[in-house]
Amino acid sequence: MLKPIFWEQVMKKILFVGTAITVFILFFIIFYILKNGLAVVDMEFLLSSPKDFGRAGGIFPCIVGTIVLSLVAIIIATPLGVGTSIYLSEYTRESKLTSIIRFGTDCLAGIPSIIFGLFGFVLFVVYLGLGWSILSGGLTIAFMILPTIIRTSEEAIKSVPDYYREVSLSLGGTKWQTIVKVVLPSALPGIVTGIILGVARSIEETAIVIFTAGSVLRIPTSLFDSCRTMSVHFYILAREGISMENAYGTATILIITILLINAFAYWLMHRLMAKYS
Amino acid sequence: MEDKIIIKDLNLYFDTHHVLKSINLNIKANEILSIIGPANSGKTSFLRTLNRLNDITSAVKISGEILLDGMDIYKKGISLPWLRRKVGMVFALPVPLPRSIFENIVYGPRLNGVTSKDRLEELVEKTLKSAFLWDEVKDRLHTSGTKLSGGQQQRLCIARSLALEPEVILLDEPCSGLDPLSTSKIEEALYELKKQYTIVLVTNNTKQAARVGDNVAFFLMGDMIEYGSSEHIFTVPNDKRTEDYITGRFG
Amino acid sequence: MELVLAKVGNGGRNDARGYLSHRNDTYTANNQEHLRMKSRENLIQFGLLIIALSTIVILLLIALFILKEGLPIILRVGIKGFICSTHWSPQQGQFGILAMIIGTAWITAGAILVSLPLSLSCAIYLSEFSTPKVRGTLKPIIELLAGIPSVVYGFMGMVILFPLIRNYLGGAGPSILTASVILGIMILPTITSIAIDSLQAVPHSYREGSLSLGATRWQTIRMVILPAAKTGILSGIILGIGRAVGETMAVIMIAGNSVIIPKSLLDPVRTLTANIALEMNYATGDHRQALFATGIVLFITIIILNIIAHTIARGGVEK
Repeated sequence: MLKPIFWEQVMKKILFVGTAITVFILFFIIFYILKNGLAVVDMEFLLSSPKDFGRAGGIFPCIVGTIVLSLVAIIIATPLGVGTSIYLSEYTRESKLTSIIRFGTDCLAGIPSIIFGLFGFVLFVVYLGLGWSILSGGLTIAFMILPTIIRTSEEAIKSVPDYYREVSLSLGGTKWQTIVKVVLPSALPGIVTGIILGVARSIEETAIVIFTAGSVLRIPTSLFDSCRTMSVHFYILAREGISMENAYGTATILIITILLINAFAYWLMHRLMAKYS
Repeated sequence: MEDKIIIKDLNLYFDTHHVLKSINLNIKANEILSIIGPANSGKTSFLRTLNRLNDITSAVKISGEILLDGMDIYKKGISLPWLRRKVGMVFALPVPLPRSIFENIVYGPRLNGVTSKDRLEELVEKTLKSAFLWDEVKDRLHTSGTKLSGGQQQRLCIARSLALEPEVILLDEPCSGLDPLSTSKIEEALYELKKQYTIVLVTNNTKQAARVGDNVAFFLMGDMIEYGSSEHIFTVPNDKRTEDYITGRFG
Repeated sequence: MELVLAKVGNGGRNDARGYLSHRNDTYTANNQEHLRMKSRENLIQFGLLIIALSTIVILLLIALFILKEGLPIILRVGIKGFICSTHWSPQQGQFGILAMIIGTAWITAGAILVSLPLSLSCAIYLSEFSTPKVRGTLKPIIELLAGIPSVVYGFMGMVILFPLIRNYLGGAGPSILTASVILGIMILPTITSIAIDSLQAVPHSYREGSLSLGATRWQTIRMVILPAAKTGILSGIILGIGRAVGETMAVIMIAGNSVIIPKSLLDPVRTLTANIALEMNYATGDHRQALFATGIVLFITIIILNIIAHTIARGGVEK
């Protein structure tokens, strides 16, 4: 029987290798995309419109589409999500109702985006007659990121210590006043992080967008216009083989955006925590 | 001296746990009542019945009456924020809100609709002076309250509760964990404050109760065993259990 | 503004009326203001309740609409005909999705196979062998992997794996193999993250107890910590399975999308998700209904997975 110490050393090395591979894969993907795509990305690429179905020109309409779609989704999802988490943590004790709501949230979180796409298509595009539009897409994406916002907000609110609430109540504050003036400000870092994560998720979403917002390659002028996001554009370029070059370029912008958003989320977390604790 | 608060047959249950057993007590105005007793006697729970802070815990049952100036505060229709403005509380752990000293003190008045800058500044100065903290912080009112020392934070909490101009102040072991200098400053403040307010002080420290209290109530396992003037309790208590506790035989 | 005229036994208010006194003095509990405030608070509570119910409402809406669109065809073709038949020819009215179910199953199994060794290695190493600082840096970095869009993953499969497979293993490229590898990488962060949290949740006393009895760290991990974290890790794996089952875009790009029953890892397959996405654009009538019906099957699968995860998690807690 080999000595336990031997196994310990062996396993430690094996585990380290596994970890190293994982980290390596991440960096490889980022590096590979950036290497091939940075050459393509310049101001013209960012600011001009595509020509010839995307074989040439830039991706400006896609950038606009992405931003607007995410904005609409966040504007809808945030009040719903934060409101739900406030209700769950401040206004009820654990009961049948709260466990049903939580189960619903968990289920919603696990539903594949293609089902959201189908749902958004049937409800918004067809049934409500909104057509392929930013509104349809934004609403559907909002529903998809709702669980994320609920979870992070609830965690943030629950982590506000009880004595803050008691202090506010003992000074004559009502429940709502206590929530608005003491609990929410303290929970702000967590809530904002959740919102930013929601934005990141809506940017990478492709299936939903195709089914609800279409893929029209024009700068949208109203909420009822269809639009194309960067990830959809990238998908079309790559799959239809239209332009590998521009595909790399689009992917580069996508990845850089997501990296920046995550970095921003961290930075914001730290700044707000310092301010409020 | 008039009775400020009259407690009649107060029983408190957390779930099935009988925390306070038929408490009868008259708290006199402009006096300091010290409540002493070993841990888990229900002292803090009793204090919290006076501003109905127990209400936020679930599974709480209360019977009996608590008359504040003759009116039962557990009557239907009593506004809790209104009650808590009249009966202020200072907690055992000094908990400044995560804001500036100034903001901490004006939090309560602002909730109540006071917006005039002049009045707020007057309030801040007045209450900080009453808490014997003004001189130490007058130059840094807008720095964070969390940066003060423990003793200063607790005095800030006292000033904060004074800002609502309550009539009664409840203090739950305010000096636990504080150094002797801070403790004496707070006790000095309480001496001054009782001229204007009625004070109920829960304390683990029998010597503090003897120093500060006009009257003393001894709680043991949810019962109030004895009540009397502090002179009486600490020299010739009626009940043997009181004597045992005071002389340190238990608790 | 009611100013009280009669105060009952007020002791101790010696100073002149304070700023708040006009409200404090009303011993009748200042009914007007109090009632207004109370009804406002009640309204707010009610409003928040409605908002909180929105999650359930949305879930029900999704179930409703998908069922409404897809149920008719299932009833017409029969559950057996739908799920157990491999004949998928919409033009001829054949709607058997068995081939797609098998495709999804293969790819998911492959993804788990690829992902488990890596994610567990990462989790155990970061939780048990590395310093908190390293863990604090690497965990977020691994979670960053989750932020990369799935279409980028699919693309990487196309440009890196396809040539590799063509050159060294034969076959056209799009295959179960490619999809498994890429999907496995995609679900890495999910499983790793949850596994790390589960391992970290094991009380330190367990570790200390075992080590003080002379066990090595690896023995402690193997015999004490892993069993204790079992339920958490398992639910993480199930979550990963859920993600793999639900993945659409990447799979379309790299799995081949042929409606066949695969005989080797190099064969292309079509998943349930790909089926929906590929044909939705031009499907009408019965065909479209069949796609929605595929959605129902997916929906039910996910809910079952969720319930399993919940039961495992709860079972672990009770222990």
